[in-house]
Amino acid sequence: MSDAAAGSGNAKTMTIIVTKGTLDWAYPPFILGTTAAAMGVEVTMFFTFYGLGLLKKKLDLQISALGNPAMKMPMMGMHMGMPNIVAMLPGVDAGASLMMKNMIKKKGVASIEELRDAAIESDVKIIACQMTMDLFEFNSEDMIDNLSLGGAATYMEKALKSDINLFI
Amino acid sequence: MAHKLVDAKGLNCPLPILRAKKTLKEVPAGGTLEVLATDPGSVADFASFCRMTGNELVESTSEDGVYRFLIRHTA
Repeated sequence: MSDAAAGSGNAKTMTIIVTKGTLDWAYPPFILGTTAAAMGVEVTMFFTFYGLGLLKKKLDLQISALGNPAMKMPMMGMHMGMPNIVAMLPGVDAGASLMMKNMIKKKGVASIEELRDAAIESDVKIIACQMTMDLFEFNSEDMIDNLSLGGAATYMEKALKSDINLFI
Repeated sequence: MAHKLVDAKGLNCPLPILRAKKTLKEVPAGGTLEVLATDPGSVADFASFCRMTGNELVESTSEDGVYRFLIRHTA
């Protein structure tokens, strides 16, 4: 049990709305959520729209270089971006995603699965957006077990009482 | 001699902190935890972690690219 969950009720609290489901965008909410929990903060993460996909049991997260001029990968001793006309070709996103995952492993950066496990272990409260479940026809069986379902009001109740509220 | 050791060498943010926090729970109150890391960001991070959690950062040193933190479990 985390200090926050076991604690005196004086713990600081934080909520994060997680709206993005690509590999790169999955990092900020999970890094901040797990680290805050490690520092005794009571954390709630609300997963909605594309962010909801991060709660699937089996993750195969991808990135896209398309329309992302800031994405420059270290290659051949320099940093190279990818022209949109190349990024749009079939297989390019898959290749870029694989490259990113290799880089993540090589640099000792946690995988999203690892951070998600750490979040669960440190009692981060995970709320899946019921509306998005219905909208995208997600099945509960495909999602991780450690979540509760809720809507905007569920989130707002937490947010109104929280010290920090983030939208990512 | 520290009660517990976390070897977080080669790991990047936020793993050294997460591993340290996990192991700190196993350290008795007043006991110490030694953390080794190679992530340069961990120097500032462990200082912040200790300030905010109330645990005492007894030592923060570096040698040959390895950062060593000694944390007393007080919180």
